[in-house]
Amino acid sequence: MASENITASEYIGHHLQNLTFGHLPERGWTLAHDAKEAAEMGFWAIHLDSMFFSVVLGAVFLYIFRKAATSVSSGVPGCLQNFVEILVEFVDKSVKETFHGRNPLIAPLALTIFCWIFLMNLMDLLPVDLLPRIAGEMGVHFLKVVPTTDPNVTLGMSLSVFALIIYYSIKVKGVGGFLGELTLHPFGKWMLPFNLLLEGVGLIAKPISLALRLFGNLYAGELIFILIALMYTAGAVVGTLGGVLQLGWAIFHILVIVLQAFIFMMLTIVYLSMAHEDNH
Amino acid sequence: MNLNATLIGQAIAFAVFVLFCMKYVWPPVTAALAERQKKIADGLDAADRAKRDLELAQASAADQLRSSKEQAAKIIEQANKRANQIVEEAKEQAMAEGQRLKAAAQAEIEQDVNRAKEALRGQVAVLALAGAEKILGASVDEKAHSELVSKLAAEL
Repeated sequence: MASENITASEYIGHHLQNLTFGHLPERGWTLAHDAKEAAEMGFWAIHLDSMFFSVVLGAVFLYIFRKAATSVSSGVPGCLQNFVEILVEFVDKSVKETFHGRNPLIAPLALTIFCWIFLMNLMDLLPVDLLPRIAGEMGVHFLKVVPTTDPNVTLGMSLSVFALIIYYSIKVKGVGGFLGELTLHPFGKWMLPFNLLLEGVGLIAKPISLALRLFGNLYAGELIFILIALMYTAGAVVGTLGGVLQLGWAIFHILVIVLQAFIFMMLTIVYLSMAHEDNH
Repeated sequence: MNLNATLIGQAIAFAVFVLFCMKYVWPPVTAALAERQKKIADGLDAADRAKRDLELAQASAADQLRSSKEQAAKIIEQANKRANQIVEEAKEQAMAEGQRLKAAAQAEIEQDVNRAKEALRGQVAVLALAGAEKILGASVDEKAHSELVSKLAAEL
């Protein structure tokens, strides 16, 4: 809850500030105390909260799946194995429908993306003040719980996917084939600069749209949760209304969470499938 | 909302997680899935085979049943025929035996009658002689008249 002594905009700003660790000219390597300091740290700073939650959630995902994988049997599956198998089959089916080449990386990549992003998105359903308040009691002043509301996180993943797209494009089609695809389509070699512009924008747009779609959806969702949380300070009636709104938005958000994880996964598969296909 | 090294950290974490998933999670699970699929396919196959076997066995059992019924009917028919034959034979035998017995009895009776006749004849001869002796009052020489007496007895 917002305390009485800070304004609404301070409350929102506080919630949208990552715990940033970086180098400041006057104080050396340290944690940023406010948004201005965090901005001053430049590129070589790191959001400890985003990294912490994303790594922990990724580890949770891998721990559960590894546990199921070590005790896996082809007989009657247990609860955990059933659950894991459903996800694996679902991802495998999605990959097989879209991606027609043979590549042992794609399916595990898709599974990791789906489960990891889903878990990171799921943090959005925790009450907005719960973890930041606990962290505040422990002396950590900024905490952004949902890693996917940090564009660094989404861009980090989408740029990795982008690197894979470039890698497989060159591996499958050769450097010449890849450059040819960029420059000789769709208008033939006499329109080379125009083609390059068109295809280049299309190529660059892939990771940017991938990252920003996820970030935008989750950031907006988080922001609305914060705004609804503000209503709790405005008296009993508005507070009750806020509770109802919070519940409704959370239920709706369950859909968004799964959908965004699924979209990121599907688009990754589609992009990599396009990278493997020779005919343009 | 600054772009910073978090991006790189996230990319590294992403790569590590994907590699881990690819090496240690995906293969065992998909292998188990494939194995189970194979097991189920095998099981269905076996069930199909067993069903076919059962059908064959049922068909052969019905066949055997039918043929044994036929055989039984044939045997019963033969037995009936044979029984009739035996009865017929027995009848014939009995009849023949009866005839034989009858003939034997008749022959015996005839013999008895003849014997009685013979005896009677003898006695008549003796009586005739005695009568004649009395009538003639003299003894008849049995030796001299035996030819006459036996002739007489034969005529009686």
